[in-house]
Amino acid sequence: MKPRQKRVMFILVGIAAVGLAVGLVLNALDKNVSLYFTPTQVFNDEAPHGRSFRIGGLVEEGSVQREADGLTVNFAITDTSKRIPVVYKGILPDLFKEGKGVVAQGTVGPDGIMHADEVLAKHDENYMPPEAKDALEKAAAANAAVESK
Amino acid sequence: MIPEIGHFSLIVALFIAVCLGVLPIIGAARNNAVLMAIARPLAYGQFLFLVIALGCLTYAFVANDFSVLYVAQHSNSQLPVIYRISAVWGGHEGSLLLWAFILGGWTLAVAIYSRHLPDEMVARVLGVMGFVAIGFLLFMLLTSNPFDRLLPAAADGRDLNPLLQDPGLVIHPPMLYMGYVGFSVAFAFALAALLGGKLDTTWARWSRPWTTVAWVFMTLGIALGSWWAYYELGWGGWWFWDPVENASLMPWLLGTALIHSLAVTEKRGAFKSWTVLLAIAAFSLSLLGTFLVRSGVLTSVHSFAADPKRGIFILSFLVVVIGVSLLLFAWRAPKVGLGGKFDILSRESLLLSNNVLLSVAAASVFIGTLYPLFMDALGFGKLSVGPPYFHAVFVPLMVPMILMMGLGPLARWKKIGGLELAKRVRWAFLSALLIALLLPFAMGMWTAMIALGLLLAFWIIATMLLNLRERLLGRNDFLQRVRNQSLSYYGMQLAHLGVAVFIIGVTLVKGYETERDVRMDIGDTVSAGGYVFRFDGVREIEGPNYIGGRGHVTVTRNGQAVTELYPEKRQYNVSGMPMTEAAIRTGLLRDLYVSLGEPIPGSNGAWAVRIYIKPFVDWVWAGCVLMALGGILAISDRRYRIHSKRSGAQLDTALEEKTA
Repeated sequence: MKPRQKRVMFILVGIAAVGLAVGLVLNALDKNVSLYFTPTQVFNDEAPHGRSFRIGGLVEEGSVQREADGLTVNFAITDTSKRIPVVYKGILPDLFKEGKGVVAQGTVGPDGIMHADEVLAKHDENYMPPEAKDALEKAAAANAAVESK
Repeated sequence: MIPEIGHFSLIVALFIAVCLGVLPIIGAARNNAVLMAIARPLAYGQFLFLVIALGCLTYAFVANDFSVLYVAQHSNSQLPVIYRISAVWGGHEGSLLLWAFILGGWTLAVAIYSRHLPDEMVARVLGVMGFVAIGFLLFMLLTSNPFDRLLPAAADGRDLNPLLQDPGLVIHPPMLYMGYVGFSVAFAFALAALLGGKLDTTWARWSRPWTTVAWVFMTLGIALGSWWAYYELGWGGWWFWDPVENASLMPWLLGTALIHSLAVTEKRGAFKSWTVLLAIAAFSLSLLGTFLVRSGVLTSVHSFAADPKRGIFILSFLVVVIGVSLLLFAWRAPKVGLGGKFDILSRESLLLSNNVLLSVAAASVFIGTLYPLFMDALGFGKLSVGPPYFHAVFVPLMVPMILMMGLGPLARWKKIGGLELAKRVRWAFLSALLIALLLPFAMGMWTAMIALGLLLAFWIIATMLLNLRERLLGRNDFLQRVRNQSLSYYGMQLAHLGVAVFIIGVTLVKGYETERDVRMDIGDTVSAGGYVFRFDGVREIEGPNYIGGRGHVTVTRNGQAVTELYPEKRQYNVSGMPMTEAAIRTGLLRDLYVSLGEPIPGSNGAWAVRIYIKPFVDWVWAGCVLMALGGILAISDRRYRIHSKRSGAQLDTALEEKTA
């Protein structure tokens, strides 16, 4: 092969490889991004059905109930405006506590209950997950707007 | 008084860094021997003042000086002394000081071990490192001074995050930082070469051992972090694709590409521009990693503070570093030339392909990590990219990379026939395939992913054995042949073996792990993976700065006692934070892992308990250790210790003869 052909070949192989990688990344992103919603949004039916998403807020005071098997936990996530009941089977993270920030990932069934397959509470007592903070701020802003009317 | 001395030392170090960043580079440009010679003393001085600063902060911690804000935030009089010392880098300000200190250390090391380099090269390399130091010291003094006073002083400190009170965390950050900052040396060498306009094979040879040392530290640092997450976070995972882990993985991937690309540049004079770009990119990603971790834009256990001023400073610094180096590259690179020629199928092209794959892998991690940030910043709402994304992208990229990784060491430089290569490796491939297809049956379950993982691992091992046989077995003396191979050759093989061991670990733990979350009353038994776990209850314990419960689990197999495990649940006195301490019985072929969930209300001493069996999980870290050892072996090669001032041209011709 002549040097020029060789160079063209290298460039073509390179472009094909990069194209393939871009396709791979876009495809993977499309399938594996999980969107986040506030309890108010979920209540207003803005969240997708049958697809996993995240919901953030506070664990409602007095809502945590364990079933007899010791592992299934029922609680509610609230943004102080609306509440969404959650059911989760498994061991909760150390910092899961009533009145503290939490993020749950899962699907919401027709019964309006979120079946979570992951519950996250963050690593620091004073720390608030940004999703939870965001939900509280939005709800507070919505309340303020209603009151001022 | 002591904290003020520390603060003052930082200011002095900043002034020295400014001199170091400016004078020697001017000296090298004007060929002024005095200005060039000043670089070394400045490097010594800078390090001295950074030692004083770090010493002062450490003293403040050990002496419980809670009039220092940073100490009050991250320590407590109940904290054991060893953790008071490691608390120095337990927060944002202190970890920056550690960063600057390690940078000073690397600068010192370059100043000491560069006697065989031309003066202008030394002046430029130290100058560039001084420039980087200016950025970090300014950042610390302007936005995050660890010596800020708290007046009136606190009666006691807020305590160190209990997650960080662990021996693994005493050494993980310094190790990782040695790696992050170590890439600044490769970066400085690349920029120095660009400034001097001489990118030749000698430059690659000088830069190589430094890059490899940084890479070794980084490998160990990441492995330590992963090991810590495994036993300390209490849920048995060892890699979470957490943004902060990704922040260290990106420079590691590019660093891996860089050491291979440097090898080609040294041996064949090819890919010079690519090597320079990689050196710039690897260090930029190290800086980006610091930015991501320390600015608080990404949230995780590692991000300490969300202060926008800090974020903006690091971001501007990043822009300056990347901007200046790319401008310099654009200005100088056309003069660099293309270097050695090679064919479509040759060792060069295999290494180049793997370089591209590693870079693409780093880019895909980059996208996955920053995508949520961009979407949020652009107002598209909050979202998260989970581990499945990374799995979906990483596996298809790594499969061809590993296949070529087996071929690379077998292929000749310049040109090799495809048919000839295929013929040489056919038995290696077939035997790897056979093992990959049959071994999962012996393990009890066959899936395509397990077979694929094993195929890759055994492909590396088989081609390695083939390579060793071709090199070492022959008609003449075996021992002589063993001695003839260079240490860097054995280092390469050891590091590649590490990759194989790592893949075996990942494949088998993913494929065969058993995870059970169960409710256990006192005396209950659970069987998992052939082992029987009996729960004997939890009793109260009291530690130096925490109270808690210690569980007792007896493990038996076929009626034979295997071990007793004591998982703990702690509550730290000052912060009130609960912590799970898993109990792990480590073994060559499997780990037994038990951790306590929570007590079950209204029961008679029952707890939710996690019981995991993790086959071959330790191979993951053993693989990393082998890679690091391979790196150490490679830099022990004697050709890096030829400290004569032979001119580059002579060495080049000598090398041409050797490799031709």
